[in-house]
Amino acid sequence: MSYVIEGKTGSWEIVVGLEVHAQIVSKSKLFSGASTTFGAEPNSQVSLVDAAFPGMLPVINKECVAQAVRTGLGLNARIYLESRFDRKNYFYADLPQGYQISQFAHPIVGEGTIDIELSNGEIRKIGITRLHMEQDAGKLIHDQDPTKSMVDLNRSGVALMEIVSEPDIREPEEAGAYLRKLRQILRYLGTCDGNMEEGSMRADVNVSVRKAGEPFRTRCEIKNVNSIRFVMQAIEVEAARQVEIWESGGEVDQETRLFDPARGETRTMRSKEDAHDYRYFPDPDLLPLVIEQAWVDELKAALPELPDAKRARFQSEYGIPFYDAGVLVAEQSVADFYETVAKGRDGKLAVSWVTGDLFAALNRTGKTIETSPVSADALGKMLDLIADGTINGKIAKEVFEDMVETGEGPEAIVEKKGLRQVTDTGVIDAAIESVMTKHADKVAEYRSGKDKLFGFFVGQVMKETKGKANPALVNGALKSKLDA
Amino acid sequence: MLTGLTLTEARAGLEARKFSARELAQAHLDAIGRLNTQLNAYITVLPEQDVLAAADAADARYTKGEARLMDGLPVGVKDLFCTKGVKTTAASKMLANFVPPYESSVTARLLDAGSVFLGKTNLDEFAMGSANITSAFGSVLNPWRRQGDDAALVPGGSSGGSAAAVAAGLALAATGTDTGGSIRQPAAFCGIVGLKPTYGRCSRWGTIAFASSLDQAGPMTRSVADAGLMLEAMAGFDEKDSTSSNRPVPAFSKAVGKSVKGLRVGIPAEYRAPGMPEEIAKMWEQGIAWLREAGCEVVDVSLPHTKYGLATYYIIAPAECSSNLARYDGIRFGERKDAATLDGVYERTRAEGFGPEVRNRILMGTYVLSAGYYDAYYLKAQKVRTLIKRDFVQAFEQVDVLLTPTAPSAAFAQGENMDDPVQMYLNDIFTVPASMAGVPALSVPVGLDSKGLPLGLQIIGRHFDEETVLSVGGALEAAAGFAHKPTLHAEAGV
Repeated sequence: MSYVIEGKTGSWEIVVGLEVHAQIVSKSKLFSGASTTFGAEPNSQVSLVDAAFPGMLPVINKECVAQAVRTGLGLNARIYLESRFDRKNYFYADLPQGYQISQFAHPIVGEGTIDIELSNGEIRKIGITRLHMEQDAGKLIHDQDPTKSMVDLNRSGVALMEIVSEPDIREPEEAGAYLRKLRQILRYLGTCDGNMEEGSMRADVNVSVRKAGEPFRTRCEIKNVNSIRFVMQAIEVEAARQVEIWESGGEVDQETRLFDPARGETRTMRSKEDAHDYRYFPDPDLLPLVIEQAWVDELKAALPELPDAKRARFQSEYGIPFYDAGVLVAEQSVADFYETVAKGRDGKLAVSWVTGDLFAALNRTGKTIETSPVSADALGKMLDLIADGTINGKIAKEVFEDMVETGEGPEAIVEKKGLRQVTDTGVIDAAIESVMTKHADKVAEYRSGKDKLFGFFVGQVMKETKGKANPALVNGALKSKLDA
Repeated sequence: MLTGLTLTEARAGLEARKFSARELAQAHLDAIGRLNTQLNAYITVLPEQDVLAAADAADARYTKGEARLMDGLPVGVKDLFCTKGVKTTAASKMLANFVPPYESSVTARLLDAGSVFLGKTNLDEFAMGSANITSAFGSVLNPWRRQGDDAALVPGGSSGGSAAAVAAGLALAATGTDTGGSIRQPAAFCGIVGLKPTYGRCSRWGTIAFASSLDQAGPMTRSVADAGLMLEAMAGFDEKDSTSSNRPVPAFSKAVGKSVKGLRVGIPAEYRAPGMPEEIAKMWEQGIAWLREAGCEVVDVSLPHTKYGLATYYIIAPAECSSNLARYDGIRFGERKDAATLDGVYERTRAEGFGPEVRNRILMGTYVLSAGYYDAYYLKAQKVRTLIKRDFVQAFEQVDVLLTPTAPSAAFAQGENMDDPVQMYLNDIFTVPASMAGVPALSVPVGLDSKGLPLGLQIIGRHFDEETVLSVGGALEAAAGFAHKPTLHAEAGV
């Protein structure tokens, strides 16, 4: 059963649409050559265009357009070969031009879809309405001086994509899943780093509530929420607030609100009466943006494999379960790591090592897949040692821990510690002889029909060989000796 | 007299070393020294040593035989073009102290061609006006006087300082910008040649914007050939301006003197505006007769949407200006006026920093873009603009150029036309349609009215066909033989 709010007058459904602002990965800004590196000295990455000097003109950065098109393709969306830039006019100290250049009437990307997976395994399709490019504003810093605000224009003019979803989201969890999936796709594409803490991805959340079967009611927009968790919390508290208003006979006002995570509430930022009139009109400094289908095709051909496709391929190519494949493709770096390990080897064994022992080790040592002490090649070699019988699974655990510890290769560790598996049948036979002699009573019991004792003998032989005996050889030899 | 030459004559004199670029520059600096206090044509005159240093460099190139297209030619620069290290005001208090750290593309090209800049010429504030009375640095005086009347006349606008300077011998030529007639109308009022090139011909980069979809830089000169020469130096593709054209720049200076025999000249019926002064109508008829004599075929044409031109212009230009001028908010540009809130700072700074005409236009522009009015005004105006443009394209299927008067009157006196802004806006009635269509248009002085004031005719051509416009302009110039000088000029009484 989907998410509902039980009110005094019955059940309420929530309706959510998200507008995600994603900073485009590019060396320079949308309309100027200034750098976009995060964390530089204030006002050190500002061109004359970004600071809106008189007579300065914007020139579109083709790489940003390519990134927007790639993203559109990644969202299975329609690409418009002709789009336009408009000016969104308003006054603010972080906006040197007095307008933001954006694509209001004719965005570069139209309708698309994203498949999201819920915790119960259900897959839902969320519609994408559009994606457009726009300029970011600068930043105001209020805590440097008691009476003045400081302006940092480093971010002014940086390229953003605004990705607008349909109001298809019906629960906070879906909003979280949507954002995670969107971020995953953007990261795979390399079009946005998805880093919400640094502000390179932020969400405006549109929330309304309704009773089942009703048309949409008035929505409120919660601006600039900067973490997935906060988005989910904001939806929850905002929906509850609206239900309360409706149920007490009031009207929800269409307005812009802010989420305060500390207090766990939303509050008015701008009411409808104070809403800006942005006076959008086509930017006369820029011609319509016309791109060629052939160029779009070229970009499409060069797109990396995206998470859904990769997941399906992992499933079929490596014979691993859907769930495991999902875990692996969550991050491209993990998927790449896995694929290096699994290529030409036992895919199932590979997934259990990567998501089991490796993840545990990373967790324990506070490292990431990128800084993993065990490389994918080294882990692969270790699997080879298991496959060719040099070590068995039990010894492998020991070897792996040593690899994590020392960073050495598996062969070196096996040699150093003398962990090579015993495959010499003479040694194994001798151990069996010794065990059968020591436990002659148990042998008799076994032979009189107590089959279960077989495991006991295997254990004893392994103990005798300090765990290094090849379990398959032990099994075979023991069986023939006991049954003789 | 060195201050009375055309660019072409001066260029030849320099080449022949009849005089030096230094002498030429010095003569102009002296003329500015004598007359600028009266005319107020320049807001900023460059330091003498800088001007002479540039002239000396030009002389050195002449000596070495490496002279460029405009080498050593002293010109004025409308104070709307950003000039590196030289105060650029747009005739506004907002930019009273603005010294750009960059050179506009057009002036950079002129400098590359060897031009010697004399200073920054006065204009209407942010190029908004038709009489050069809205400058924060005072009105410009037209060097012409009515016969038997000492009334101070306006030079037209917005490039009034450039027009007055060229007419009075304070520069051999000057740059102008034209949004709805700002080159052509002052050229007509001051008895000089003014060319608005095709939109996109000259880069807008570094020129302070008024209305981006209309603004176009162009030359203001003493002859049609000079206009071709100077345009050749100014024009060209600029990757920094997305609306600049990458068409090759022809040798415009060679277009004048070409035969115009067999060219078809259109006379648009709609320009016979009711109430057109008889003298203007007569001059127009005279122009038609001259071109017919030169071998042109004269054809009646119709530009049916002409009557909407002015109204449409006064929606689109203010709309764009309201946005373009938003950056002058006291945060980075303009003298910041303190207030309790940020909005208060904006309100006070902009109320005090902009003059009344600029404020009017910002208000109009803000209004026509507002929610609820956008469709009725701005969107409708854009549609009409498309129709106006189509009128021209269709007319040019029948004819090669159009001939019209440049302005509905000769220069008027300061104080006239001031009560009613609409009356003032009517000055642009013949110039605005070509701006809306983006086609090139040239004003050529062809005679004097009964009071002794110059009148101009306008030749409008196809997109990017400045060459034919210049050829026909040359023919008209030759037939008219306009050689009158204004009352105030550098050679008078010296």
